[in-house]
Amino acid sequence: MRRIVVIGAGPAGLAAANAAALHGVEVVLIDAGAKLGGQYHRQDALAAGDRFELPRNVEHVANAAVWAIEPVDGGHRVHLRVGPADGPDRKGRAVEARALVLATGAYDRALPFPGWDLPGVFTAGAAQAMAKGQGVAVGDRVVVGGTGPFLLPVAASLIGAGARVVEVAEANAAVTGWLANPKGALAGWSKTGELMRYAGTLARHRVPYRSRTAVIEAHGSDCVESVTVARLDALWNPVPGSERRLEADAVAVGFGFTPQLELALAARCRVEDGFVAVDAVQGTSAPGVFAAGELTGIGGAELAASEGAVAGAAAAKFVGAAVEPPVRAMAKVRSGRRFAAALNAAYPVRSGWHDWLRDDTIVCRCEEVTKRALFRAVDERDVGAVRSLKLVSGAGLGLCQGRVCGRNVAELAGVDATGFAKRPIASPIRLAELAEEEPVESPIDAEESGRALGVEY
Amino acid sequence: MRVRFDGVEVEAHEGQTVAGVLLAKGIRSWRTTRGGDRPRGLFCGIGVCFDCLVNVNGVPDVRACQRVVAEGDDIRTQAGAELPS
Ligand SMILES: Cc1cc2nc3c(=O)[nH]c(=O)nc-3n(C[C@H](O)[C@H](O)[C@H](O)COP(=O)(O)OP(=O)(O)OC[C@H]3O[C@@H](n4cnc5c(N)ncnc54)[C@H](O)[C@@H]3O)c2cc1C
Ligand code: FES
Repeated sequence: MRRIVVIGAGPAGLAAANAAALHGVEVVLIDAGAKLGGQYHRQDALAAGDRFELPRNVEHVANAAVWAIEPVDGGHRVHLRVGPADGPDRKGRAVEARALVLATGAYDRALPFPGWDLPGVFTAGAAQAMAKGQGVAVGDRVVVGGTGPFLLPVAASLIGAGARVVEVAEANAAVTGWLANPKGALAGWSKTGELMRYAGTLARHRVPYRSRTAVIEAHGSDCVESVTVARLDALWNPVPGSERRLEADAVAVGFGFTPQLELALAARCRVEDGFVAVDAVQGTSAPGVFAAGELTGIGGAELAASEGAVAGAAAAKFVGAAVEPPVRAMAKVRSGRRFAAALNAAYPVRSGWHDWLRDDTIVCRCEEVTKRALFRAVDERDVGAVRSLKLVSGAGLGLCQGRVCGRNVAELAGVDATGFAKRPIASPIRLAELAEEEPVESPIDAEESGRALGVEY
Repeated sequence: MRVRFDGVEVEAHEGQTVAGVLLAKGIRSWRTTRGGDRPRGLFCGIGVCFDCLVNVNGVPDVRACQRVVAEGDDIRTQAGAELPS
């Protein structure tokens, strides 16, 4: 049987499943969410039905957490738990396939600042997910901060959900500057219209949008009551005397995104500069494993979908379907990557944020490791790599396994962050679940596993 | 549908997550940290950070942003994180 497994049903995974199904391949499409769409197409969870329709040869496994991927002869075995999140009664499944498409997306990068551990501080993505998916604003008076075009849809969604957005603080140059005068690589970027609409919403609601500005502190005893914003210099050091206090009950901050690498690492895919390295057909260094979307680089929903289409076609070809090269999608990937590179260069994270921290500012939220404790551990012991950094400081040893603090702590300590994404269990499961034996579906047979590897058009 | 939060009945809707129900009621935190006994609630919103842990029907360490509510769920604040369980 020609079958592939796609993990993640965001723009990338959906496109991959559709492309492979079009070529007559059976697809098992697995996602942790109840509905299709991932982050960009997050659906209103309170509405009935699903906006997306899948071809008949795609099995959508919803509410399913993939917690491990294991190489087996001729392919991979994917382990999942299906049922209410983190519940003890989920059902175990194990699905084998010769080809996998990984489309697990990314999550917000949050930079620490004094008070960022107070309830009322959220990631920008959290504010977006709650507004889009749950119809609820994370606060009544919200300050949105961070960097990049993503701050605009977040602010617009908050307004749509009934919040007052007090201010949008962009740490780099104004996104609106690019919009008004798109030149070079951004000319013709199809997102421009969408971003213009969000900018229009902000203008109509008289929301101040300030560039070179950041939230450098949140105040309150048990909850955010106000925040301090400050102007930043080119390296993101706060300009003395520029601080302003804003009354707000919530802050939503996002400084770009970090890819969800753990399954790719479990499948032994090579990672370069923090992202899964792929070739022209989205193939990773692991034979039969393809990757698409934010996992391979941050470039937005449209690029993710183009990459997904290329990956799905390649995976179908890999399992023996007759596939013509998806030349249009491949061209869109190339141009999308150019735009993404220009955008990412315009919205970097500068090291001045290190100075927003005080000695007692928490850098690892789970283990409550302060900046002082981190630096003391680094000073006293020789910390050459992530493993020893975690052991001596405790940062990254908590429940999130360094997902939130990893990049920040590695940057502060001056070590490479990739090691933080090596997590033996990609999604939490309970000990009793771990002990349970799952039935393995359609193990790869000897004939299939003997086929040649690689995709060439 | 109805669920309970720390013993008090709360109105909820099909499709809402535990975090969605609580935030809509203006509740911002539902657990305390192990070390500093500090309040925590939602942070990343998508199952990554584990700040939002809550006890559902007697089972601790359930991510409130991921768990969809069911009729009669008994949701309770929790102290610290109780994994592994
Ligand atoms: C919280 C959040 C909100 C965002 N909102 C927007 C927005 O409104 N507008 C915008 O332009 N961009 C938004 N983005 C940026 C967004 O990442 C991309 O534009 C786009 O959604 C990326 O598509 P993707 O297919 O690569 O990944 P995603 O859309 O992130 O999809 C990945 C999917 O994989 C699933 N998954 C991951 N790991 C597992 C696992 N172990 N088991 C099972 N399933 C798994 C996830 O549930 C998710 O549905 C958002 C990002 C985040 C983090
Ligand atoms: S808010 Fe981060 S895991 Fe729920």
